[in-house]
Amino acid sequence: MYTYDEIDQRVVEQRVAQFRDQTRRFLAGTLIEEEFRPLRLRNGLYVQRFAPMLRVAIPYGMLSSRQLRTLAHIARKYDRDYGHFSTRQNIQYNWPKLEEVPDILAELATVQMHAIQTSGNCIRNITADHFGGIAKDEIVDSFVWCEILRQWSTFHPEFNWLPRKFKIAINGASADRTATHVHDIGLHAVRDAGGEIGFRVVVGGGLGRTPVVGPVIREFLPWQHLLTYLEAVLRVYNRYGRRDNLYKARIKILVRETGKDKFTEEVEAEWAHLKDGPNTLLAEEVARIAGRFTKPAYQTLPEHDASFAGQLATDTAFRNWYQRNVFAHKVPGYAAVTLSLKKTGVPPGDATSAQMEAVADLADQYSFGELRVSHEQNLILADVRVSDLHAVWQKAQGLGFATPNIGLLTNIICCPGGDFCSLANAKSIPVAQAIQERFDNLDYLHDIGEVDLNISGCMNACGHHHVGHIGVLGVDKNGEEWYQIEVGGNQGETRAGAANVRGASIGKVIGPSFARAQVPDVIERLITCYIDKRDSEVERFIDVVHRIGIEPFKEYVYGKADPQSPRRNRQLASA
Amino acid sequence: MAKLIRNLRVETDNWLLLKAGADGTPPAVPAEGDVIVPLSLWQLRKDALAARSGKTAVWLESKDSAEDVAADLHRLPLVAIHFPSIADGRGYSIARLLRERHGYKGEVRAIGAVFKDVLLGMQRCGFDTYALRDGEDADEALRAFDDLADTYQANVVEPLPLFRRRAII
Repeated sequence: MYTYDEIDQRVVEQRVAQFRDQTRRFLAGTLIEEEFRPLRLRNGLYVQRFAPMLRVAIPYGMLSSRQLRTLAHIARKYDRDYGHFSTRQNIQYNWPKLEEVPDILAELATVQMHAIQTSGNCIRNITADHFGGIAKDEIVDSFVWCEILRQWSTFHPEFNWLPRKFKIAINGASADRTATHVHDIGLHAVRDAGGEIGFRVVVGGGLGRTPVVGPVIREFLPWQHLLTYLEAVLRVYNRYGRRDNLYKARIKILVRETGKDKFTEEVEAEWAHLKDGPNTLLAEEVARIAGRFTKPAYQTLPEHDASFAGQLATDTAFRNWYQRNVFAHKVPGYAAVTLSLKKTGVPPGDATSAQMEAVADLADQYSFGELRVSHEQNLILADVRVSDLHAVWQKAQGLGFATPNIGLLTNIICCPGGDFCSLANAKSIPVAQAIQERFDNLDYLHDIGEVDLNISGCMNACGHHHVGHIGVLGVDKNGEEWYQIEVGGNQGETRAGAANVRGASIGKVIGPSFARAQVPDVIERLITCYIDKRDSEVERFIDVVHRIGIEPFKEYVYGKADPQSPRRNRQLASA
Repeated sequence: MAKLIRNLRVETDNWLLLKAGADGTPPAVPAEGDVIVPLSLWQLRKDALAARSGKTAVWLESKDSAEDVAADLHRLPLVAIHFPSIADGRGYSIARLLRERHGYKGEVRAIGAVFKDVLLGMQRCGFDTYALRDGEDADEALRAFDDLADTYQANVVEPLPLFRRRAII
């Protein structure tokens, strides 16, 4: 966990005072709505369908138990007793009062938190692998680099009024658990032949109306040059990115229209001026930032724990949960636990203040008082002793956070949708719930295996539907809510050392859209197709789509072939 | 006369900003007095303009580049950059390039959508005078320069990033 120094603290406190003044002038009528809007957006404050929405930054998804308790307190005091963890590792409050937002920000500042640049056309929260610092396949601790970029991007004077929002993700491991190829800039830590650390730079990926898997524009950027190179990319974008059309303003369009090679030349030409300049990073600074992170005081533990092994062997429910929700840790005797915020019947990513406080207690008791938020909208206790797993599982069950569905169909990524968001064409949360209810049989769910199912309520794609193995998009047809289905998307290769590496891909629409009530049936038909066509249980849904294409899936859904064998019908009926 | 912030004080502006007509006709340039002309006019008649008895400066639109005036900077006492709206941030890059790439030491002036909440960012990108838009409370606006004391990045005011300044401290 990064600990602020006095300058970091002053930065957030002064921002609170500045925003308090902007709010005062707006309420007094001396700052007009048109100008207050971009200013409040730079502090995460939207005006939504029913009330303002405040998005609080959780830089690279890391939280202390103390911070989580403050988030719970804010939910209770200023909101309706809950918060929504987003796909950008942030938390959103859906019902704050505009005039109270400066007070909320002041409370956040007391625990080294803020809402800086969580919205607006500027550099947003830097996202990272939620298993940073603990994964066995780690190359660098991505959090250190995220913090370096957080500081560099905070109030960057030149890049505060970009053509459009700008999202950067850092992946520090060999597997890609950060969806780097669908970010404006994605950075992959790599080592060159000499063992030096650097980054592979991906630019111009993105979701939204025009989903693009971003191209690599530099295979190896030595770490010292990270900031100057990013400044070169940002400057080319700030100068030449389109500002005439909101929907063509992201950097992906500039890269595509300019052409990857020409764009790369422009960046390199700009970088030639900036390279080796004052923003060149120093080893001392990287060490200083790393040194400001508190480090868990790991005990020396045996690799094998007999009581745990016994629990695993005798308790099937525990074993199911362990297989899905526990991730291997690089320190012997420890493991990372994902607390699922995807229980059937609860909007994905939502947590009440009481739940947040209970998780903070769990973090204190079992995981050094720290936790992480994943872009899949779950909470993670990253440093749990293997011998404590059974106890954590039991407590998580009591809290409703032990649904053993990580990586499975019901671990749905979902935006707030038409229930809250003024941009949405359609509701997304009830669709997620209907699907979760349909696939409520755990044995069946585990038999289906890994499927990413993502739902967005509109083209802005906050629910990442383009990179779901199955994607659901809410569309508006003459004022009615309809849902378009995509298959074949993939956020990137999330499995370390996978034999059949499956890179990022964008899903393809299978055909005409459906009414909300039909969506669970459609998903079921897609799954039936998968199960009929897979060559073994090892072949995942996404692998089958890549092997046989989307035509068979279309046929199962739109009825051009006999989709269901009697055997499968029975199985579905019992599911 | 519009209010101008210079050296963190409110001053009267003695420059006359000339704009092309709605149909694109170049503005008439008075024989006397200090004027800021559009880039297009400067490019057409730069030698005649530079020889006027009053001073002549150029203003750039946000789509223009620092490179458009780079060769003439030695005879331009002022370059103004127009902000059509708060959202158009191209002018920040233009100002930095004028200062940092082309070493321009003259006045860099912000014109257009210039008000309290954008001044600090402009200053850090190399602007040193600010023609406040009509109706802006100049005394209120002046306080903006104290809003945020620290900058992590290198910029025109602080040529070293904080991590190099810390090393010095």
